[in-house]
Amino acid sequence: MDGVSFHVDRGETVGIVGESGSGKSVTAMSILRLVAEPGRIASGRILFGDEGKQKDVVQMTDDEIREFRGNDVAMIFQDPMTSMNPVLKVGFQIKEAMAAHERFTPKQARDRVVPMLKRVRIPAPEDRAKNYPHQFSGGMRQRAMIAMGLSNEPHLLIADEPTTALDVTVQAQIIELLRDLNRDLGTAVILITHNLAVVASLCTRVIVMYAGRIVEEGPTRQIFKSPQHPYTWSLLRSIPRLDEYQHEKLLTISGLPPDLTNPPPGCKFHPRCRFRVDRCLEEEPPLGEVDPGQKARCWVLMRNALAAQPQQAGQP
Amino acid sequence: MTTEQRVVSDVDTSKQIALVRIEEVVKHFPIGAGLLGGQVVKAVDGVSFEVRGGETLGLVGESGCGKSTLGRVIAQLHPATSGHIYFKDIDLVTLKGEKLRRMRQQLQMIFQDPYASLNPRMTVGDIIGEPLTNFHIARGKAREKRVNEVMRICGLNPGFISRYPHEFSGGQRQRIGIARALILNPTFIVADEPISALDVSIQAQIVNLLEDLQDEFKLTYLFIAHDLSVVRHLSDRVAVMYLGKIVEVADSKQIYDNPLHPYTKALLSSIPIPDPDLEAEREPILLKGEIPSPVNPPTGCRFHTRCPIAQFPICSEQEPPLEDKGSGHQAACHFPGQL
Repeated sequence: MDGVSFHVDRGETVGIVGESGSGKSVTAMSILRLVAEPGRIASGRILFGDEGKQKDVVQMTDDEIREFRGNDVAMIFQDPMTSMNPVLKVGFQIKEAMAAHERFTPKQARDRVVPMLKRVRIPAPEDRAKNYPHQFSGGMRQRAMIAMGLSNEPHLLIADEPTTALDVTVQAQIIELLRDLNRDLGTAVILITHNLAVVASLCTRVIVMYAGRIVEEGPTRQIFKSPQHPYTWSLLRSIPRLDEYQHEKLLTISGLPPDLTNPPPGCKFHPRCRFRVDRCLEEEPPLGEVDPGQKARCWVLMRNALAAQPQQAGQP
Repeated sequence: MTTEQRVVSDVDTSKQIALVRIEEVVKHFPIGAGLLGGQVVKAVDGVSFEVRGGETLGLVGESGCGKSTLGRVIAQLHPATSGHIYFKDIDLVTLKGEKLRRMRQQLQMIFQDPYASLNPRMTVGDIIGEPLTNFHIARGKAREKRVNEVMRICGLNPGFISRYPHEFSGGQRQRIGIARALILNPTFIVADEPISALDVSIQAQIVNLLEDLQDEFKLTYLFIAHDLSVVRHLSDRVAVMYLGKIVEVADSKQIYDNPLHPYTKALLSSIPIPDPDLEAEREPILLKGEIPSPVNPPTGCRFHTRCPIAQFPICSEQEPPLEDKGSGHQAACHFPGQL
């Protein structure tokens, strides 16, 4: 990941979209300073808090970062089985998450376990608190993880592919749950996913990543209606939609995502871009504002590309 | 948008004749020994349908519903516990030895995981060409020529014939798997989640390749997937499976426009659409809980424990048969179309 800047407002739902290797998970891990060796945050700042009294995560001491994780920001992962301790009861693990931060007294923490499980709509929460993780189904484990993450009332929940391992009917339940929690508790959500449809359903703003860079960002409606980066535009046309009748050919993006140890010069998307111009091969475009609130990293922009080659609009 | 439109099923009469007919197929797996001995996983529990020549039949359902097992049973990778699988009116279940082998040439499979389904110690040429050797069809130069041809058809550079699978990306590996399935000129291909392990930007390439191959070689597909958007795009007809049973079969358009089974309806409503405006208006039908265990499926209608419109005792006692509810639209429900 290289020179990524973005912000998340209080209570906002932001989607980070990209393919595997695009840097979306590393971005999220960086917010919690969880980047694994040999990776490191070489430069930059991660500011958290209200204007004027922001803390920089990169500069925090170990004690501070421990407080920050969980208390201010919680994270849930794709595979809830590997994120829980298999030999401890689920209720105990949720209590432990609270005990670690001393925001609640031991008694308060104990009393909060069942309501937390109830809040994430686990049926029979009193009994379920006494179960071990393997006695939970995949969807229930993810709910329990969300309960654990929210137990310290963080301001931000980072969900890294939270529904990818789940079936669609269970995915719908989890998305609905995240939506309700965001609305009722005001917890901001960063949703990291490769699934554009999930973003359309949950997020008010979207960040599209490619080859470790943000290539486009803006309000979800605007990005889906009028994507300006060719990658976003192509991606939206390459996925079949449930609400479309026509058996038309899907648009394909030729080639593969680049090898980041040896990225192409210029714009990182140019080898796969059907709208590239000479400049794209040499000079990397900046992430510039293209419309109020919408930014794209492209020399051409789709509105110009489509005006020049209108027949491209429908060509697969 | 595009000029290229695929032939719609109801105007093409060649797609009305059954190529594969499945009758009351059952596949049970015994589990454990000792204390658990005697229990069986009822992965596929009495399934009947047909796949018509030249069509794509989409088989959808959630994990654990038995769709992959059914695909493997049809492709003769697992023996069926009971039931009949007719391929061109010959019951594969009764075939043995050389006769079964000969039928297998016409019946191939594409697997989900392009990393696990290719032998890492064989060259791509050997992987794709092995069926030709196995069936004594071609050797040496003739084999290489055919491998070259199939590689080109599948969008692989024939210059890579001596390379090994690890040198290829996921999408290219899936092309290798497709080339291997194609080399014997099959008529019927079971594709089990062929794109779900691939990156989003690569999926469309494989979907388009499968479509092109079908048009060019008059292939019939059983396309197994959990992604209903892709199934809708590819399939002429769709069969929905729940806990070892088919709950609904209909033309693709009918099933998406007018689902009769409450499970189908809930499944469709759960799929998000990549359009924020539409999403804001949609209200998914949220099902209670998750799919029950196939070891001990619910009595009566298997969906009654999660069904929003179940009525008791009928739904918990009587199993609804899969029957025609008009113009070939089959559903297994006591209250079809009422959700």
